[in-house]
This record gives sequence, C-alpha cells and structure tokens, in this order.
Amino acid sequence: MTVSRFIRVAWLIVKKDLTIEARSRELFLTTLFFAVSCVLVFAFGFVSDQNPIGDAAAGILWIAIAFAGTLALGRAFERERYHDVLHALLLAPVDRPAIYIGKLLGVICLLAIVEIIIVPLISLFFQTPILRHPWLLGGLLACGTLGFASVGTLFAAMLVRARSRDVLLPVLLYPITVPVIIAGVRGTVLLLQPEIDVIMVRAWIGMLVFFDVVFITLSLWTFEPLMTD
Amino acid sequence: MILSRWFPAITVMAMVFFAGAPLMIARAPYESTMGLVQKIFYFHVPAWIAMFSAAFVCGISSGIYLFKGKKLADHLAVAAAELTVLFGLIGLVTGPLWARKAWGLWWQWDARLTSALILWMIFVAYQLLRQYGGPGSDKLAAGMALFGMANVPFVYWSVNVWRTIHPTTNVVPTLVPGMSEAFLWCSVAFVLIFILTLSARVKLESHRAAIDRLYLSLDD
Amino acid sequence: MAEPVVSAPTVKSVMSSSQFLDDFDCLAFEDVSRYFGRMRALSHVSFSCAAGEIVGVLGPNGAGKSTLLALAATLISPSAGGIRYGNHGTHERGGNVRANIGMLSHDTQLYPELTARENLHFFAGLFGVQDPASCAEAALSRSALSVRGDEPVMKFSRGMRQRLALERALIHDPKLVLLDEPFTGLDDSSSKSLANRLQGLRDSGRIILLTTHDFEAAEGLLDRVALLWDGALLNVEPVTGSLRDHYVSHTHQVAHTVKVSR
Repeated sequence: MTVSRFIRVAWLIVKKDLTIEARSRELFLTTLFFAVSCVLVFAFGFVSDQNPIGDAAAGILWIAIAFAGTLALGRAFERERYHDVLHALLLAPVDRPAIYIGKLLGVICLLAIVEIIIVPLISLFFQTPILRHPWLLGGLLACGTLGFASVGTLFAAMLVRARSRDVLLPVLLYPITVPVIIAGVRGTVLLLQPEIDVIMVRAWIGMLVFFDVVFITLSLWTFEPLMTD
Repeated sequence: MILSRWFPAITVMAMVFFAGAPLMIARAPYESTMGLVQKIFYFHVPAWIAMFSAAFVCGISSGIYLFKGKKLADHLAVAAAELTVLFGLIGLVTGPLWARKAWGLWWQWDARLTSALILWMIFVAYQLLRQYGGPGSDKLAAGMALFGMANVPFVYWSVNVWRTIHPTTNVVPTLVPGMSEAFLWCSVAFVLIFILTLSARVKLESHRAAIDRLYLSLDD
Repeated sequence: MAEPVVSAPTVKSVMSSSQFLDDFDCLAFEDVSRYFGRMRALSHVSFSCAAGEIVGVLGPNGAGKSTLLALAATLISPSAGGIRYGNHGTHERGGNVRANIGMLSHDTQLYPELTARENLHFFAGLFGVQDPASCAEAALSRSALSVRGDEPVMKFSRGMRQRLALERALIHDPKLVLLDEPFTGLDDSSSKSLANRLQGLRDSGRIILLTTHDFEAAEGLLDRVALLWDGALLNVEPVTGSLRDHYVSHTHQVAHTVKVSR
C-alpha cells in the first residue's frame, strides 16, 4: 500500500471522527467538563491555608489530562464498537496501521482543544503564571499528549473486543504512561519557577519526543497482530 | 519440555542451595552500620534478580507469541508473568522491612525502586488482563508485556533525573568480600527456584492446553 | 412504500487493478475448524462455492453460522485448516483478498450520526473506490434513499438501514458477498427486492454466501444449501423442493443421535 493511500485513509478516518464530533459534540463536551471537574476536585484536595498550593497546579494539569484522556479514548472506540463498525473498518483493503493513525489524530485534536481550555483555567484557579512561557509549555503538552494518546489509542483499540474494557484501559495505560506524567509534571513545575531552567525543560521535552517515537513505532508494529483474532 | 529430564536434578540442587542458605548467611560478616538487619539483603536482592529475569522471559516470549503464534511461547509468558508478580512481591515486602529498620523509612522514590515497582505493576496489570479480559486476552496481554518492557528504560531515566535533584541514600551497600559468597549462594538458590517453578508452571499450562485439545477431539 | 429500483450495478467499481484478484472464482473451506478454548465453534468444515451461485447456510442458533461467515471474511483465522480464495490461501489475508470481499453483518455497521451520503462516501473512500462521490450517489439511487440522503442514519427505520447497509457492503463491487441473516426484520417487499438484488449479483458472476433462519424469505433464492449443526457441516446439497424439507430431513436424524455429553 502506497504512502499516499495510507495518508488518505488516515485522513478519511480523522475527517469522519471530526465530522461526527462537530455534529454531536458529545465527546468534546463531556471530556471538557470532566477535565474541569477533575481540576476542581483536586484543587479542593490540595488546599493549604485557604490557598491552593502553587506547585500542585502542574500535577493537577497532567492528572486531569490523563483522566480526561482515558475517558475520551474509551468513548472514541465505543463509537466504533457500537453497531459493529470496527469490523467494517477491519474488512477494508487498507493497511491497518492507517486506521490507528487516523484514530490517534482524532483523539489528539480533541485533547488539544480540551487542553487549550483548561490551561488558562488552571492559571486562573491557582494564580500560577503557567502561561509565562507558552512555547515551552506547548511543547511539553504536545509531546506528552502525543505519548499518552499513542499508547492509549492502541490499548483502547485492542480492548474493544475484551470484557471489562472500561476498567482495564486505565489499569493497563497508567503504568505505561508513568514516564509521560513524570516528564510532564516535572517540566511544568520547572516552568512555574521564577527563573526557569530552560535546559532541563528541553531535556524533558527531548525524553518525551524519544518516548513518542519509540511507542508510536511499537504501536504501528503491533497494531495488526493485536487487532486480528 | 526440554527441562523435564533435568527436573529432578534441578530440584535437588535447589533444595541443597536453599537449605544451605541460612548457614551461608549466618557465616557472612555483619555489616558495620546495620547489623543483623542487613542480612535481609541476601534474599531481597536475589528476589529482584529473579523478578527481572522472569520479566525478561515474559517479554521475549510475549513477542514471539504475538508475532509467530507459537503456543509454547504463550505458556512461557503466562508462567513468567506469574513469577514476576510473585518474586516482585517478595522483593517489595522485604525491601521496606529492611529499609524501615536500617534507615527509618518505609519507601524511597529512587530510580531503581520506582522502576521495579512500575514493572511489577505492569505485570499485575498483565494478570488482570488475562483473568478478566475474556477470550482473546492472551494476545492482548502479550502486547501489554511488550509495551511494559519497552517502558522500563524510560521510567528508570525519568525517575533518575527527577531524583538526582534531591540527594538520596544509597540503598544497596557495596559488598565486603565476606558477604559476596553468601550473596552468590543465595542468588544461585533463587535462580534455581525460579527455573524450577517456571518449568513446573509451563508444564501445568501445557497440560491444561492438552486437556482442552482432548475435549475438542472428543466429538470427532 | 414503492419497491426500490433494482438494477445491476452501473458503476464499474474502479479500484486499482493490483487489488483485484483475477482468478477469484471460487471460495473453498478446507477442513476448517475454529475453537475458542474448549468451545468448538466449527469443526472440520469443508465445502466450496463457485462464482455465479448463491449458497445458503442453514442451522439453529449456536450452530456456528456467524463464525463461518467471519472466517470467510478473514475477520478471524481458522484454528485448523485453511480457506482458499481462488488460488490464494488463508495466509495471504492482506488487503488484496479483503478488496474482493463484501460483508453485511448482523449489525448495520453504519455511523448513526453521519448522513446516508456521508456514510457511503466514507466507506467508498476507505474501500478504494476511485470516485467515491458518484459511487455513493449511485448507491443511494439504487436503494431509493436519495431523497433521504442527507438525513442522519439514526433517523432511519430498520428497513432503510438494512438497505443502506447492503449498499455499504457492496459499494466496492466485491466478488465475494457474505450476508449474515440479511432478511431479519425486513418486511415482505423489502425481502423480495433484496432477493432480486442478490439474484442480479449472482447472474453477474459473484459468489454469494448467506446465513438465514427465514426459510420463507430465502425460498427460491438459494442454489445450494449447507446444513450446519453444532459446528459440524451435515451436508451440502443442491436445493430441491422447500428449504424446510432439507433442514428437517437432516437435523431430525442428528437430534435423535445419542451424543456424548461433555
């Protein structure tokens, strides 16, 4: 299968997902609201002396992304499971990894929009200057979300035909994405300091990029055997 | 299975080593600061060694099962995963017991401990998946094992970088000459037990599969 | 409800020629078995279907009909034995084989939030049809859904969804057509037009394999019938007389045979 056909198929799937989302807005609204609730609940949990703890903002940001992301992934594939559409997709004469890339891009678009909304919200709630270095923060968020979503999309896809898939997705996903959380939180904490350590932040972003490359490759490689029975 | 011929020999050897372990440990010199408590180390570290070996075996055989579909690889993966959890549990229990007495804290977030813990949790997740994932979960679990193995270097690196900013006490002391014999003895004992339990478990799994096959051929 | 216009597909599905299997003129199951742990879904099934015939698989619930179709569609692989598509074997389960298979399953396999047109457009693009837009239009007019083409599928009735699902399955003009209980939930006129459509496909040289419970709807449609019972193929024979007679004559014997209880 040629590269252009691969890209075409992935694009078809992304377009289909975005069309459905634009029409129903179900995933977007529920994920967004869930992320906001997460932030609130954690904020209440990490308050000392009437004020939220400053550095907690970084942790809460990434935990909210992880939780909301897990929910979004589960729902995204529930859509394919409903009416058994996944089998129709698997029947198509396409390279199956193209389906993986298509779903991955759809989930990333969704999470990106959610993040764009909750980051300023966190800045507001916690009175932290989280937006002081937007490019570095953006880099951290982009690479981290990509890493999280790449493993999550594969696991969500492979769990579609398993029992107890709702609870198994976080059970499987969180241990694997621990490096993403560590890098994301530590990098964000560094960005909240009065004088940031740019080299360290870049090191974390570098690790995230490496993580993304390794795990996207691994996912592309294992997608076909994991989806066939 | 290849090891069935050697099974009795390995069993005897393992028993000998295990029986001799307390003697070797008693003969080993006391560590200067910690005294008697330090001797947990002789079981603690070999348990981790066994756990990492089991994890490694599980990862490799999962890869083989996923891409080549050999049933034996699946049996090996199941057995190795269970042993990873078991030996990891021994390590996770002995570690804090030792640390509490020796340094006053139950747990420490350094790279080694954290990556070992994460690896252990990955294989607990493997077990949960196999148990509750329904039919077809053998392949999915194999994928999980592969991802778990690929993950370990990243966990180690990130926790290492994270924690070097905060200095920590070194958990594993340097080995005084008198200690290394006891340490080697116990390591060999644990490795032998690992091989023994692994082959026994694989055999059990093969027998279970054989019974399934018999059931299936019943109506032919 | 007016009977939908049925005609042989006018749009030549123009997929890249490398994906078409030129020698795909028969589907053959060779001693195929499929197990799920201790449960045997299919055991030692061997039969073949040639181009230009409609074969029906009859059997009670749990006989293994859906498993048989899923195996033919390459969605699952056999535990033992092999399936041949023309001269190509099971191990070549890649895109080339899938390009020639169309399957209508139990579920509609359509996205409820998308419109009929969008659904067809999406699947046409996915299945490699070269002009998805006009192909989708043609499919809509064939199933008389052009008027409702811009409505989301969730608003369709069961019969309309089934018609659309059939178009989706056939959008790339496949050589092998698999249908899992296609007559379920269809009223008489829809059943008749589906039967006409299938006969048209048969006459143009397709291989059609379907499963059904509904003897009345499939009456007069099938060329041969394969009888499945508890995962085993009882017989494959040309249809003479009513389907119910075929079914009863074989299953009657089996039901009275003493079976070793598991």
